[in-house]
Amino acid sequence: MTHTQPVIRTAGLTKTFTRHKQTVEAVRGLDLAVHDGELVAFLGPNGAGKSTTLRMLTTLIQPTSGTAEVAGYDVVSGRRDVRRSIGYVGQGNAAGHAQRGRDEVVSQARAHGMGRAAANARADELLEAFDLAEHARRPVSTLSGGQRRRLDVAIGLVHSPRLLFLDEPSTGLDPQNRVNLQEQVQRLNRELGTTIVLTTHYLEEADAIADRVLVIDHGRLIADDSAARLKSALGDRISLGFASRDAAVAAAGRARRIANANVMLNDTDVTVRVPHGRDLAPAIVTALAESGTPAIRIEVVGPTLDDVFLDLTGRSLRESNETAETTVTQGAAA
Amino acid sequence: MSTITTLPAQPSTPVAYRPPGFVADTWNVMVRELKPVFREPASVLFAMVQPLVFLGLFAPLLPEVENGSALQWFVPGIIAMTALMGASFTGANLTQEIVTGSHERLLVSPLNRSSLLVGRALKEVVPMLMQAGIIVAVVTPFSFDLHLGGIIVCMAMLSLFSIGVGSLSFALALVSKDQEWLFWTVQQTLVFPLLLLAGVLLPLEGAPGWLETASDLNPLKYVVEAARHLFAGSFPADTIAAGFAGAAVVAVLGLVVGLRAMRRSS
Repeated sequence: MTHTQPVIRTAGLTKTFTRHKQTVEAVRGLDLAVHDGELVAFLGPNGAGKSTTLRMLTTLIQPTSGTAEVAGYDVVSGRRDVRRSIGYVGQGNAAGHAQRGRDEVVSQARAHGMGRAAANARADELLEAFDLAEHARRPVSTLSGGQRRRLDVAIGLVHSPRLLFLDEPSTGLDPQNRVNLQEQVQRLNRELGTTIVLTTHYLEEADAIADRVLVIDHGRLIADDSAARLKSALGDRISLGFASRDAAVAAAGRARRIANANVMLNDTDVTVRVPHGRDLAPAIVTALAESGTPAIRIEVVGPTLDDVFLDLTGRSLRESNETAETTVTQGAAA
Repeated sequence: MSTITTLPAQPSTPVAYRPPGFVADTWNVMVRELKPVFREPASVLFAMVQPLVFLGLFAPLLPEVENGSALQWFVPGIIAMTALMGASFTGANLTQEIVTGSHERLLVSPLNRSSLLVGRALKEVVPMLMQAGIIVAVVTPFSFDLHLGGIIVCMAMLSLFSIGVGSLSFALALVSKDQEWLFWTVQQTLVFPLLLLAGVLLPLEGAPGWLETASDLNPLKYVVEAARHLFAGSFPADTIAAGFAGAAVVAVLGLVVGLRAMRRSS
């Protein structure tokens, strides 16, 4: 995949909201570039500014300051060209609940300037591809969550955009539908070369599908790399158990001599966090055995993106989400 | 559950992209809005429940008047009431679209913002005509004289009125955003005073001065007066001009307010 032409470029992109006479800086001076053919995930807890960023890039809201170019057009002065060029799958449902699925795909095709016959043909093609043909003549309100989500994606792809935005695409889906959606998104990227930008607060999702993860917190970009590199920079965690406290103390002393290692001693356990820990672990075990303090138990765990987030912010993303999801559930029930 | 088997890269048929235009966009929005009406024509009955109840329970109580039946006087008001009800409810559909997300999708589409409002407002004419047709069909077997020429002119006036009320209702929905209660509170608070001050249910003759002044400021009053003449087959120029002027004031006000709200929508 060639990553040459930037399809998204922002400079100092900022958005502030005024709520209850308080100014909230949702996005603070974001500089980023996304290249043609990339699959990028904005990862961060709810309220981090990922959706606000996406809403600026998709022309839904105007930046307070700074600039953004999407598909070669300015998001403010060239917003109609941006809208023509991008596909967008929002947090809600693209199809009106009072409408029938097929009617909505056709209406979106018409909105993009297709003639009646072409719009109908395109709708049938997409409904077939997303396995919705048999449900497409039912009111959208009677479709299942997974079917509605597939319809949303189909509507977003009506005009075959080169660039597709998805805002929290898998929120509210059951695990099976979530995996399905992730596969579809990946295939769009790999097989058609569609550039994809999605937001998520699911670590597993960003980890599983994105080429590149942009970690956003408090409106700032705090990390930008592939999930694998973000994690390997943090290092693997090697947990070693020993027969006695003395053995553990001796082993911890030896472990501290390993370059870039972070060693913690807890009773008879020693935890070593070190880059490429899984490669070093066999040598460490051998060396400990030779020096007379053999490990009796070993566990090597690769870092998760939550560890990366914790390392960057001092907070766990998982915990931030749990608090936020309670709020979301309450809001939905109201 | 299935995974997709084929990804349609490019449309299989060549796509002819029209240059965008306000008229084409407005047409597309209107056609989209009309789809549920045509797919489920019975849905127009929802907004008619109250007017039909009034017609059924109120009309028998009306005193006989010297020339013509009371129904002849009452029905045009009920049709105007239906137009007001239907068009003022319509914003609730937009509220639902704001809550569920389809409004956002339309905002990101290349459709002109103004078209999103005007297309919706123009669509209001269709359910209004369907509802008026139902009421006329229901009352014709009773002592009600049909004057088609007058009815057609009246429908033109009510179309203008519906476009205006519909636009105001959409503007209210856009301002209320996802707070559905706000939409309904304002709508309900406004609709009944407007109806009573238009003399839809009771004649306003002999009303105290303040009430008369308030009703003189109500554009619906002129619409209802003109409708009564038109349904009776008479065409007094000044009354009908006043009716059209009242409807036009509502239409212009509605479109100005509605367009402002839609352009700010995000």
